[in-house]
Amino acid sequence: MDHAPPALPAINAPPADDEGELTRLHPNYAHALRVRTALTAIPFLIGALVLEAITRDESLLPQGLIAGPVLLIALALIIRVPATRYNARGYQIGADRLRVVRGLLFRSDTVVPFGRVQHIDVDQGPLDRFFGIATLTLHTAGNHNASVSLPGLGEDLAREMREEIRAHIRRESM
Amino acid sequence: MSEPRRTAPLGMLIGALGSVQNAVFPAAAAAFSTGIGGAGLWIGLAVGAAAIIIGTGISWLGWRRLTFTIGEADIRVESGIFSRAARSVPYERIQDVSLEAKPVPRLLGLVAVKFETGAGGGEDIALQYLTTAEGEELRRLVRERRDEEAAVASAADRATPATSAAPSDAEEGEVLFAMGPGRLVTFGLFEFSLAVFAVLGGLLQYADNVSDVDVWYDWLKQQGSTLATLGPYMQAIGALAGLAGLLIVGSVTGVVRTVLRDWGFTLTRSARGFRRQRGLLTRTDVVMPAHRVQGIVIGTGLLRYRFGWRSLSFVSLAQDAGNESHVVAPFARLEEIAPVAAEAGFRLPDAATDWHRASPRQRTDKAARDAAPFVLATIPTAIFAPTGLFLVPLSLAVLAVAANLYAWEFRRWALDSTQVYASDGFFSPTQAIATRLKLHSVEIAQGPLSRWRGYATVHLGLAGGTFAMQGVPLAEARRLRAAVLKTIAGTDYSRLDQAPRDQAFSAAQPGFSANRLVT
Repeated sequence: MDHAPPALPAINAPPADDEGELTRLHPNYAHALRVRTALTAIPFLIGALVLEAITRDESLLPQGLIAGPVLLIALALIIRVPATRYNARGYQIGADRLRVVRGLLFRSDTVVPFGRVQHIDVDQGPLDRFFGIATLTLHTAGNHNASVSLPGLGEDLAREMREEIRAHIRRESM
Repeated sequence: MSEPRRTAPLGMLIGALGSVQNAVFPAAAAAFSTGIGGAGLWIGLAVGAAAIIIGTGISWLGWRRLTFTIGEADIRVESGIFSRAARSVPYERIQDVSLEAKPVPRLLGLVAVKFETGAGGGEDIALQYLTTAEGEELRRLVRERRDEEAAVASAADRATPATSAAPSDAEEGEVLFAMGPGRLVTFGLFEFSLAVFAVLGGLLQYADNVSDVDVWYDWLKQQGSTLATLGPYMQAIGALAGLAGLLIVGSVTGVVRTVLRDWGFTLTRSARGFRRQRGLLTRTDVVMPAHRVQGIVIGTGLLRYRFGWRSLSFVSLAQDAGNESHVVAPFARLEEIAPVAAEAGFRLPDAATDWHRASPRQRTDKAARDAAPFVLATIPTAIFAPTGLFLVPLSLAVLAVAANLYAWEFRRWALDSTQVYASDGFFSPTQAIATRLKLHSVEIAQGPLSRWRGYATVHLGLAGGTFAMQGVPLAEARRLRAAVLKTIAGTDYSRLDQAPRDQAFSAAQPGFSANRLVT
């Protein structure tokens, strides 16, 4: 198991649970989030620039009144939000259960016992592969939390966890 | 028994009748478009006849090309006229088998047999129209095969369950719950519905000159002037008569709908599980294995709660005519519900149940949040609208607060050694009960407000349904989660069905889960 160095007390650090400290995700996850946010921001920036170009001839508005704020907001989102989101996420793997904590405003703290896992996925998008991270998804039979996903694990760690959970299931059902 | 079989030939007749119905419109269109006199009529008849012949031909081809096989381990259906499809469903995946007889097939002694697997609605096997005897026979067969599988699979594990040897004539089990005509009418009165006006309104749209505003305006003016001459007492009496009319129409609609749906409602318990039969014109017959019941829901209504009427539904992976759970007692007293629930292995909450209230902070927050839009609406109304109109949103805000304060009375949860209980609702409580062992995950969810105020919603993963407890104080939520997880983690999913509980009838089916574990 991967025990990250004791994290700095982040703003959104979850309150101490009776189940102990959370393990932090792979640091590359924050970078991946940042790139994803940047990719999402690009269409908005282009839209703002197009608007800017159209209204330039009218000379109704001073230059940069549209594109400027959009750029500022995008920069703020790209620099600030991924780090906070990264800090808000964490997991904890126990002998017979996995706990996943996520959410900035709306926090959710889910525990899935290995004994109830139906199947396990390890997914990697192109971006994830570039950063060497993966998403582990546990599927249960319940309607709520039918699939609990834990993004931002190191590639090898995700595979290792999958094997561990699978071994646990096989052992139990013997 | 393993050679391919066909469905009942009479089923084609229903297909043919359907094609007659379909032929009417094109025939009429052809007749009218070519001029109704003389040749047009003949053309119309010819088009109609062609449509009927083609439709019947297709339904005959469909019948020829659809075969089903009762195999050793699964049931297979091969169908399709041009493109062929073959579907196979293993016995141990079948959640329930239902027989449905719509009015026309019922006249011909036919039933549609449906196999529910819980694989997401509408994707299950349905055999349209076997004879009633064949349908019953097939259902018995499927059940026997399923139990044989279970017995074989569990032989290594433990002795063959006594019930798998139960003879098939033990079908007619004891009646757990039934509704006579008197009960049905009472039920119907509570199912008060004004849907008939919506239907009438829809029909009126088709009639000409109804949408013509002037006609209505004239009519209203005329009525108004007539009313004005009547004097205040007569006006009041008129209004009362109108209300009484609405009441009567609504009640009659409710009774008719209820009688059509629930006529002859019987719930029986046989060795194989629960069997529910109901319906006046469309008769349905559903069988649910008892150990597949994941949880129960006791519902009620604003008025019927005051008269002590409840309903009981079973939550399972199978769906019931679009609903998430199977209604097994739509209108009953708690005393009648308790034995049914006990048969499925559930205890109703009693005086000993340790109910916990939701956090009072959550009550306050929710009341404030629900009232806020009305309060916000009050301000502009008070400034811009005519005097006195601001009282409307203001009183709505007060109502929202009052309703929330009252709803808090019902928001409770409880936990005992084997079960979890949750109760919620605005004017009447809906209770959900689940077995701790059959839960799949536990989530503590918090929004920004609830994080600040220190309470949470606890979501429990229930197969085939949802289970949530609102406004649980955070510390209690953590304790609850720890307790539930201890129970869950102690038993693997594959052992769920054979949990040594008081479900004497629940034949163990490890085959069901052994497959799932090879992931």
